[in-house]
Amino acid sequence: MKYAGRLAAVAVVGALSLAACGTDNNAGSGTTSSASSSAPAAGNDNAVSGMINAAGSSAQANAITEWTKNFTATNPGVTLNYQPSGSGAGVQAFIQGTVSFAGSDSALKEDEPAQADARCKTGKAINIPMVTGPVAVVYNLPGTEGLQLSPKTLAGIFNSKITKWDDAAIKADNPSATLPSTPIVAVHRSDESGTSDNFTKFLKATAEADWPYEPAKAWPAEAKGQGAKGSDQIAASVKDSEGAISYVELSYAENSALQKAKVSNGAGEFVELTPESAAKTVETAEVKGTGNDLALSIDYATKTPGAYPIVLVTYEITCEKGLPAEESKVVKSFLTYTASDEGQAALKELGYAPLSGELLTKVRTAVEAIS
Amino acid sequence: MTTNVRTRDGGPAESRFASRRSHGEGPFRITSTGAGVLLLAIMAAIAVFLISEALPALQANKGNFFTDLIWEPNSSGVFGIGALAFGTVFSSALALVIATPIAVGVALFISHYAPRRLAAPLGYLIDLLAAVPSVVYGLWGVTFLVPLIRTPSQWVNENFGWFPLFAGEGVIGGKTMLAGAIVLAIMILPIIAAISREVFLQAPKMNEEAALALGATRWEMIRMAVLPFGRPGVISAAMLGLGRAMGETIAVALIFPATFDISIEILTPHANSIAANIANGFGEATEMGRGALIASGLVLFIITLLVNMAARMVINRRKEFARAGA
Repeated sequence: MKYAGRLAAVAVVGALSLAACGTDNNAGSGTTSSASSSAPAAGNDNAVSGMINAAGSSAQANAITEWTKNFTATNPGVTLNYQPSGSGAGVQAFIQGTVSFAGSDSALKEDEPAQADARCKTGKAINIPMVTGPVAVVYNLPGTEGLQLSPKTLAGIFNSKITKWDDAAIKADNPSATLPSTPIVAVHRSDESGTSDNFTKFLKATAEADWPYEPAKAWPAEAKGQGAKGSDQIAASVKDSEGAISYVELSYAENSALQKAKVSNGAGEFVELTPESAAKTVETAEVKGTGNDLALSIDYATKTPGAYPIVLVTYEITCEKGLPAEESKVVKSFLTYTASDEGQAALKELGYAPLSGELLTKVRTAVEAIS
Repeated sequence: MTTNVRTRDGGPAESRFASRRSHGEGPFRITSTGAGVLLLAIMAAIAVFLISEALPALQANKGNFFTDLIWEPNSSGVFGIGALAFGTVFSSALALVIATPIAVGVALFISHYAPRRLAAPLGYLIDLLAAVPSVVYGLWGVTFLVPLIRTPSQWVNENFGWFPLFAGEGVIGGKTMLAGAIVLAIMILPIIAAISREVFLQAPKMNEEAALALGATRWEMIRMAVLPFGRPGVISAAMLGLGRAMGETIAVALIFPATFDISIEILTPHANSIAANIANGFGEATEMGRGALIASGLVLFIITLLVNMAARMVINRRKEFARAGA
């Protein structure tokens, strides 16, 4: 029994240390972002230096990593730590002042703007759309390429009302395809995510009769289906089970070479997902924020020709004014790079869609105003 | 975590006298008492933290915490523990049912059947299983086990579908309660096997030899002399394993399909657990969502406490028999 006692002791200690971890749920590390100013690096007159911490959305983690790599190549004095702890945790960390900017899948809402403004002291907190992640509808049906799905059919599938691949609704969307009678395995994110939030927003906006649930980061329990944790598990689940269908960021769909469905937009046109077709939807998004706050309202039923309707826009949330001078200098310089043509072009290879048109101009104006 | 915490009979009274006689006794007593008190204080601190964080969310809950089969604290503000608590207990119980017989078999093999040369390496191997990080078990489960058991699941469902556990229609196999329970079983196997082995090794040699001398076969000897002696130990080993299974987080978060319904069909994708739900929800939770998740943690805390108390009662009763037999 001595052994049992020892094991129990280990288990208790383990549990306690875990619980201790749980108590500080403010994702950021205890250290507040400190920036030290030093002489600009040689060879780049505008180079900045200093250290900033950021945290938030895992959907833009790949983008930030790539940008950080490129940015620090020209600004060797900069250290940028981005912790992909999730949008909610990122916003919390920003409000508590442990990070200089937060990445988030949704703009600040409810009582968050007030709390964020308080953190910025003299200025106000702004949402700047920066990374657009198209959401692909992926499926596994050998022999059936280029499946076409309307929002109404998608809602039926993900609401567990359409359960076989040869259902009349799917046939109606694909008059020329031969469909098997395989049962449909509808897979959704089991963890809370901005991807689910946007996908359910899309379903709610375009097929309300078949999708009676409120959009949320958590999948609605009543819609049933199977959950999988994280985008990588979504891709894996679809890859290894025939008859599966799910939604995932474009980069994961491409890395796993999954079949992507064409989804119809507000004009009834079935559109293939490409960075360009997704960018068209973002371009037509309406800005609902005021001033330099660029919180967007996406028109999921867009009628723009060639626009792919399911997109996820992620924001960088920071202070327009009110950050310590050294920090704001680095943040401004970094965001100026990310909003540049070069920065946006770097995204395409990672499976994101670039910002374009009038919105990109607004984003640059907003970044310019940071001080 | 249940273990047989044994104090010597009449221990405290004796040691009080002893402390006056030999030095070194006083500091030791203070250290050990301090450790005991510290443990209680930490447990109390955890309980206070859980309750204080959970209460605001519980009060703001727009649904019924005990009956609603839904978890939407971040959006509609309705959340209920029912499906999660059921999934936690059900998956752990299934894991225990799968793991205990195997673990006892392994332990008996090592302690009484295996040649000595084989027994020691085998023992190390079992202990090694306990050292594998749970996320590895989870990844192994989703990438290897889940596809592997799909076809057998469909066969069992077709032929034994009349049995409630194997019933169900539509999607059969894949990320099911069964897959999660098997992975949990493998995770708790080393704990149960290691402790059982130690207990079996301590079975009184006299009894074993007496049984053999009376003409018992080896199995009869084990049944008469080893198992009755080891029973309380095996039960507490199983309870330790149960605690591990109920608290297991990342492996089941990866495997379970995260549904919010109560179903005893183990071959259809219906499974979830409290710990998995916390892992899934924490990153993106709002303040209310965090409170709700902590409230579910409180429920897990209470369930574990109840299970351990029940186990302690069983062990205490069994111990009488074991002593009488020995």
